[in-house]
Amino acid sequence: MIRLPIYPAEPRRRPTDGPVRDVALTIDGAAVRVPEGATVLDACAAAGIEVPTLCFAANLTPVNACRICVVELEGARTLVPSCSRTVEAGMVVRTDSPRVRTARKLVLELLGSSVDLSATPHVARWIERYDAHPARFGPAAAPAAAGARDAAAPGHHHVGDGATAATVAQPAKVDNDLFVRDYGKCILCYKCVEACGDDAQHTYAIAVAGRGFDARISTELATPLPDSACVFCGNCVNACPTGALVFTREFELRRDGQWDEARQQETTTVCPYCGVGCAITLRTQDNQVVRVTSPLDSSVTGGNLCVKGRFGWQYVGDRPPPDTK
Amino acid sequence: MDLRPISTLPTDDERAAVDAVLGAPGVVPQALREARGRRHLLLPGLHAIQDRCGWVSAGALGYLCERLHVPPAEAYGVASFYALFALSARPPTALHVCDDLACHAAGAPALIATLTQRLGPAGETRAGATWHPSPCLGLCERAPAAMLTVAGAAPRATAWGPVDAAACVDAVARGEAPTPAPALIPQRGRAAYPERLLARVGVVDPTSLDAYRAAGGYAALRLALERGPAFVLREVTDSGLVGRGGAAFPTGRKWAAVAAQAGRPKYLVCNADESEPGTFKDRVLMEEDPFALIEAMTIAGTTVGAEQGFLYLRGEYPLARARLTAALAAARERGLLGDDVMGRGVRFDIELRLGAGAYICGEETALFASLEGFRGEPRTKPPFPVEAGLFGRPTVVNNVETLVNVLGIVRDGAAAYRALGTAGSPGTRLFCVSGKVARPGLFELPFGVTLRALLELAGADDPAAVLLGGAAGTFVGRDDLDLPLTFEDTRAAGATLGSGVVLVLDRTVALGPVLARIAQFFRDESCGQCVPCRVGTVRQEELITRLARGKPHGTVATERALLAELGQCMRDASICGLGQTASSAIESAVARLKVFADEVTP
Ligand SMILES: Cc1cc2nc3c(=O)[nH]c(=O)nc-3n(C[C@H](O)[C@H](O)[C@H](O)COP(=O)(O)O)c2cc1C
Ligand code: SF4
Ligand code: SF4
Ligand code: SF4
Ligand code: FES
Ligand code: FES
Repeated sequence: MIRLPIYPAEPRRRPTDGPVRDVALTIDGAAVRVPEGATVLDACAAAGIEVPTLCFAANLTPVNACRICVVELEGARTLVPSCSRTVEAGMVVRTDSPRVRTARKLVLELLGSSVDLSATPHVARWIERYDAHPARFGPAAAPAAAGARDAAAPGHHHVGDGATAATVAQPAKVDNDLFVRDYGKCILCYKCVEACGDDAQHTYAIAVAGRGFDARISTELATPLPDSACVFCGNCVNACPTGALVFTREFELRRDGQWDEARQQETTTVCPYCGVGCAITLRTQDNQVVRVTSPLDSSVTGGNLCVKGRFGWQYVGDRPPPDTK
Repeated sequence: MDLRPISTLPTDDERAAVDAVLGAPGVVPQALREARGRRHLLLPGLHAIQDRCGWVSAGALGYLCERLHVPPAEAYGVASFYALFALSARPPTALHVCDDLACHAAGAPALIATLTQRLGPAGETRAGATWHPSPCLGLCERAPAAMLTVAGAAPRATAWGPVDAAACVDAVARGEAPTPAPALIPQRGRAAYPERLLARVGVVDPTSLDAYRAAGGYAALRLALERGPAFVLREVTDSGLVGRGGAAFPTGRKWAAVAAQAGRPKYLVCNADESEPGTFKDRVLMEEDPFALIEAMTIAGTTVGAEQGFLYLRGEYPLARARLTAALAAARERGLLGDDVMGRGVRFDIELRLGAGAYICGEETALFASLEGFRGEPRTKPPFPVEAGLFGRPTVVNNVETLVNVLGIVRDGAAAYRALGTAGSPGTRLFCVSGKVARPGLFELPFGVTLRALLELAGADDPAAVLLGGAAGTFVGRDDLDLPLTFEDTRAAGATLGSGVVLVLDRTVALGPVLARIAQFFRDESCGQCVPCRVGTVRQEELITRLARGKPHGTVATERALLAELGQCMRDASICGLGQTASSAIESAVARLKVFADEVTP
């Protein structure tokens, strides 16, 4: 039997104690001052420079996985992710150098050639800005059959002839009435996992499974959501930046070509159920609720809701009550 | 956190396998308390199930989750990360056949084709057994190589070579493999290079602590404990020893940084995950001289103030595992490990942990994640391991060869150490020579000997292409044979020594398929965390496959330009060294050896 030393639990992140000082750095030739502990991304924002981000969210721990936010840092061998790199005095940062532009362009091409980005905000604009051509890698390979990606074994893959570009295209997973998991749109930003786990919900119903290009968001053994630990809070849907996780109503409208943002409006109100009083934002189209969110900066919710506030709005229209199990 | 368990129940065997690692379960509230902080036992638990049953069923995974209080989705994410764990029913007997670079040059493609005929397609079960192709098994000097695993109450594993189809079929049928032969040290009797690291290899009985001590073993630890940490730190720093794991970082600096950290605990980790294709030096040291590594780890741990060391051993090294397990027990029994090392009142012990088929877990921060019971995903640096490493604590992580160098430095002093090698690369270096040479094996040469001299010693008649440093390294050609093998000279030449791989290919080996195999390797081994590497390695494989088949999209020139851009993005924007070097060997072959230089005529 192995001996069992007792270890401290995993460390949690950054304590911020003591008085906060300012840090001075240079971004694209201009002097910028931000409070210590700020990220390079914060500093870029302070300087009025738009840095594209995909896996970053203010209310989640940075995973710096997408790499679209990289910038050039003088003295560093590689580019650095601005979303998670803390500022240091005297840093000299470039956000639009040839190396940065190439990296961002390729990241967009790699994602664009492997994932359906049609519902990801801003991407079309960035693709233009960085002159990205996802089609350079050749025509897309045929989509995977349902469940095929869930069964992939790590360390092995079918070696093709290189004529087509592999993608994550696959049928959407529709296993409950409340939201759809359309993983052909998933860029593996880890946001849903963080929202379901340590950063918000603490339910841990989903995690990243598999390895490499076969890595995917999954329940244990790819079990359907209703049989998993999921409590249908929808916080993962709220966090998803690509439309891979999408409310069923929205999924249906988009599928049928009926989704029309011009006909939509947002109404901020308070959840009618319990005494906590969560702030909610109802997005409606033609007077039908199509999406429920909560403001990220709400002191009550931090952007998170429970199943009632998120999904219990059918009575507002004339739709039948939800049936989660 | 209120977990929803997996509803399938474990079998008695599965339960017994888990209980053997975790101890018998207590009553429920106590079990919960005991589970906290034991996540790091997830991998040992998965290994126990795999070894006992041949695969990890839903019931077994569920029971392990319940015992460790790990969410099932997370445990599934971990189990499905490692190639050695099967998550669908698999027979007890499995043969892993290497088709990586050295074995490729030794006829692996034909072997794989024959096995497909005789044993059925890879992954299929026939007669209670299955087989799979495998990345490099670290037996490249005996290519082609294979590993047989047989699950059960007394699980067995053997890695051996060279194999042929008949030997593979026979091993699968009998569930029994031949005894592996001892290491090959071809320089003996051929050249007068002094052996420091290899001195005991093949000479002193690796299973006997007495024999090790009689050959001068444990003199260095005695001296280190007598003279104290400051002495050891000074000698190691003055020796100029730099890491042999690939990154070439000065060892003294690393140790001093951790020694200076105030908090406890601190950890020492030995990186024995050796999975770089073409590398087998650490395996030979651990199989043939296990006490040397244990002594060196004890010196390192007591010097930096760590009381616990971890030896993270590649899962595909069964003989090294057996030898180290026995050696650790012997050292513990004689008071050379434990609460009172050598009777001098210092505490240090070592735990052996096994990897499970993931090259990326050799990257130091991925290794920490793996030890802690998570997916082997590298973490962003900073913070560096010397500040926040294993379990968030200050950690020294060193390669096996690096650590074994410390024995001579402590015993004979930094000046004696520097008597060999060059000013920038003091000491000796182990070279893993394989491929098209008459005398493959492990060589120890002072830094500064030329590649030509090494190849002559190994008997390379036609070194048309030499891969230095492994799949993450660089190709050099005939024009580069006078390159002195030092860190500084290889760096200046735009090459690398990496992990000491010298893989020789002659004119009979077509380079296109070799490059395609390298590209496949990186696609298989990418952890999948960051976009440049996760998708970039796929696009690189597709591109190289097209070029190797003479079917480019557009012209060969546009494909080469695309490869260069792809390489730049992976190098610049990937999180870790895997993605950053994934195009290195391929781009070097294109640049130096003019592979894919010609347009194909349609
Ligand atoms: C993808 C990858 C794989 C690696 N594999 C190994 C390995 O198997 N063994 C090793 O010692 N170092 C490996 N390294 C280097 C380690 O990250 C680390 O630098 C090394 O263990 C430090 O020890 P050293 O200073 O003694 O060389 C690897 C690095 C990368 C990026
Ligand atoms: S709905 Fe809530 S519980 Fe279910 S997967 Fe999403 S975040 Fe987790
Ligand atoms: S499903 Fe959405 S949130 Fe989750 S990883 Fe994919 S893109 Fe990110
Ligand atoms: S470079 Fe590759 S292996 Fe390293 S973190 Fe990124 S995906 Fe993982
Ligand atoms: S936004 Fe910074 S890495 Fe994704
Ligand atoms: S053992 Fe086959 S290449 Fe190393």
